[in-house]
Amino acid sequence: MQAERTNLLKPKIAKALDKLSSKTAIKNTIYIVSIIIFFALILFPPILGIIIKWGSIEDVLNQPELMSEALNAIAASFAVAFFVSFIDVVAGVPMAWMITRGNSKWLSVLDTLSDIPFIVPTATLGYSLFLFWGDLGGLSSLFGVPFVSRGWLLVVLLHFAFSFPVVVRVMVGASLDYKLEYEQASRTLGAAPLTAARTVTFPILKHSLIASFTLAFARSLSETGATMMVAGAFVNGPIFINKHIGEAGPLVFVSAILIVLSSLVFVTIRLLGPRLKMPVRKVWPKAERKLSSSTIASSRNGITLLVFLVIVLVPSLFVAVPAFEAIFAGVLPEALGGVGVWGDYWQSISLSYFVGIIVTLLNVVIGLPMAIIIARRKIGNGPSAVLDVLVNIPIIVPSVALGASLAIFWENFAFMPEIWLLIFAHLSITYPYFVRSMSAAVERISMELEEAGRTLGAKPLGVFRTIIFPLTKYSMLSGAIMMFTRSVSETGATLVVSNLVTAPVLLVNWVKNEVPTSTLGLGCGFLILFSFIILLVLRLVVKGRETY
Amino acid sequence: MPDIRLVNVAKRFGKIVAVDGVNLHVYDKEYFSLLGPSGCGKTTLLRLIAGLVQPDEGEIYIGDRLVNDVPPEDRDVGFVFQTFALFPHMNAWDNVTYGPRVKGFDIKKAETIGHEVLEMVRLHERLDAYPNELSGGMMQRIAVARALAAGAKLLLLDEPLGQLDAKVRNELRYEIRRMTKDLELTAIHVTHDQAEAMAISDRIAVIKKGKVLQVGTPEELYMTPKSVFIAHFIGESNFLEGYVSNLSRRGAIIELRGGIKVQAGAPKNMDKGDRAVLAIRPETFVVEKGIKKTKNSVLGIVERITFEGTNIRYEIRLRNQDSVVVVRPSLVEEWLKMGEKVTVSFSPEKTHVFAYPEAGLREELAVE
Ligand SMILES: Nc1ncnc2c1ncn2[C@@H]1O[C@H](COP(=O)(O)OP(=O)(O)OP(=O)(O)O)[C@@H](O)[C@H]1O
Ligand SMILES: [Mg+2]
Repeated sequence: MQAERTNLLKPKIAKALDKLSSKTAIKNTIYIVSIIIFFALILFPPILGIIIKWGSIEDVLNQPELMSEALNAIAASFAVAFFVSFIDVVAGVPMAWMITRGNSKWLSVLDTLSDIPFIVPTATLGYSLFLFWGDLGGLSSLFGVPFVSRGWLLVVLLHFAFSFPVVVRVMVGASLDYKLEYEQASRTLGAAPLTAARTVTFPILKHSLIASFTLAFARSLSETGATMMVAGAFVNGPIFINKHIGEAGPLVFVSAILIVLSSLVFVTIRLLGPRLKMPVRKVWPKAERKLSSSTIASSRNGITLLVFLVIVLVPSLFVAVPAFEAIFAGVLPEALGGVGVWGDYWQSISLSYFVGIIVTLLNVVIGLPMAIIIARRKIGNGPSAVLDVLVNIPIIVPSVALGASLAIFWENFAFMPEIWLLIFAHLSITYPYFVRSMSAAVERISMELEEAGRTLGAKPLGVFRTIIFPLTKYSMLSGAIMMFTRSVSETGATLVVSNLVTAPVLLVNWVKNEVPTSTLGLGCGFLILFSFIILLVLRLVVKGRETY
Repeated sequence: MPDIRLVNVAKRFGKIVAVDGVNLHVYDKEYFSLLGPSGCGKTTLLRLIAGLVQPDEGEIYIGDRLVNDVPPEDRDVGFVFQTFALFPHMNAWDNVTYGPRVKGFDIKKAETIGHEVLEMVRLHERLDAYPNELSGGMMQRIAVARALAAGAKLLLLDEPLGQLDAKVRNELRYEIRRMTKDLELTAIHVTHDQAEAMAISDRIAVIKKGKVLQVGTPEELYMTPKSVFIAHFIGESNFLEGYVSNLSRRGAIIELRGGIKVQAGAPKNMDKGDRAVLAIRPETFVVEKGIKKTKNSVLGIVERITFEGTNIRYEIRLRNQDSVVVVRPSLVEEWLKMGEKVTVSFSPEKTHVFAYPEAGLREELAVE
């Protein structure tokens, strides 16, 4: 049964492909092609603008005041990113734990709910958070004064909300792929649940913890659209670029420093990662046993849920609340009938999903070999490590700068259908999520298992189908979900590279044109609802095929 | 003291009934085996005892304590996993001393225990090696050492030898038994290999489709199987179909196909005229060359000969077209030849008569 399930392809085709994959030439071709695609399509376009306009960096270097302003902004970016990704991990790991270890049927729903900040188009997300925390119509109506006004605190809340799904996604995938037997062994040896998790499970899932931190960190560094709506007087790197929009100097300067510094951070993580020993030898049996008690566990779950609901979910959904008004105000039939603005709306939604699906599929194909190259150091230790760091870059480049870069690059391909420009741009932006999540999962599979497969006569592709795939399929699913949601909600780069109106672009226009809140709410509501249903069904289908 | 009692224990996974109303008593300091075909629920039983899964029904006692709601870390059991589950991020030494450490023993004591158990599994080198650098045999020793070091009086072993090659397997199985006896532990050993179970167990429970079919010493199971399945699964048997043609206190006359009547052991709860299965072990037969008038014999022809080293195995087609397997020691007597006419006889008290299974013989013997 197991074998049947893992057979992705029809046996005959699979066999033929397996055989092909054992030819070194073909294997190497696949690796080389995926590396070339990575450089040409994924990495190069986002940084091209920076390279071309490199000279203008002098503009900043020659103006000490501007430079110190820029450096302050960059420092603020790093401070927020560090702080936010740290608390993301602290809050996201218990959430992932609850989702994967509980046995309620509703956990799939909770799991999908945690994707929501990723589904809501980024600019709309900022608006939604502002409505919730700062506007007198939201939480503040309870107090009569703006509860959290625009500024650094709201930025932190926002970044926490939108990078939270990254941590949950990566960790849920990783813990579903994780073999529970290790933890069970630890329990039978006398370890309390917390001790078992701390000394066995988390050290084994270390790669995924690092990957989730890295992704949240990178995402926080680069986000522009939503941050703009809540920043107020607060200035971080992307906001600084945006303030000087039209000037190449600040863009090049800030982007370059963000890329270089964060690459340094990632190199450090990469180098320290394997040596990073969690303190597994030290145990405090009494204290850890107390902390494992069921009261503490349920209060931990309670707090986790509360944090999720109050800080992540409700603020992200807040913009859609007026959708309920719309139902009573008679907007609903209009919307469903595609009357007026709604005609464009449905078109934009189909376009978004179409692009999302194509981008996800394409990236799985080109990202998978890359994940394996990185995890298995297929091209030697050094070069693989370099790739490992480079892979993050498309999500470190501030999205304003990214948009500018992509525009410069894709201008030269104006002869191409716009839809392809859009797809290519989204490939860059979503690629890192998949490769990170997958390479962490592959790294965890012992090389020996793979070798065992090979010695038993499996061809390289066969090893993938029968060993790697079954052991990493949840991480793969998580990566795919992140790519899909990110593509569907992406706004900034989409605006720049094409005139096509995807759902987020349309919604941003609605915000600008001040359409009635009920219309906007319903528009966001549908987009969230559909994405939610798609993701939930996807989960149930994948889970439903499991016997264990 | 850890004797273990399971009372009406049941466990379902969705529609699959993995454990179906099991009652079992494993005595203190006993080496007990759970034997059964793949998928019959052995691992699930073991996990229930360890507390890694919760029963849907029934009670589990370790000693006098009802442990249904006791978490695994408080049950004081050592568990050796089928795939060893050695912690991949710790070296051999840290794996072995994990139990004492999480129990809060001081470093000195943990190290003393570590050395003791490693002494016991006779492993002294490569303690700084990580699991992926060790051979199967070494991983197995480390897994056992790790379970022993935690100090449990009850050792649960899930096919601990399944991953090893035949030679190593044969050595290690006696070693495990010796250790548990030296340490006066109670051990429950899961296996699907009946030879392994027979060789090392004090008692064996044979399990099929989540139910315990029979519990007994290896001799009891071999000498007095209670069902066709046990006669088939423990050792080896020939099954001949027929009817009870006469009954007495000392035995029965069974009429085989083709009207051949033979004497057989006394059946339980059977009447004259009932459909029956006569079970005869291959090593029970006496074979004489040529046509003889021996008591309780049937004539036949040698159809196939397989030389197995210690034994030689003949397939003999009987006069009524039934076929039987006969096993003889290969160095004791002269070998038969292909196509040779022979007289096959057996003593009635070494055979067993069972009622013909309702589901059919073939279905009853199927292991899946
Ligand atoms: N966690 C689980 N979820 C669903 N079904 C399970 C689970 N664990 C076991 N089963 C099912 O319960 C039945 C008994 O399984 P179990 O692993 O106990 O058998 P086993 O006798 O140990 O087999 P093997 O010799 O193959 O190890 C099988 O049909 C198995 O598929
Ligand atoms: Mg098993």
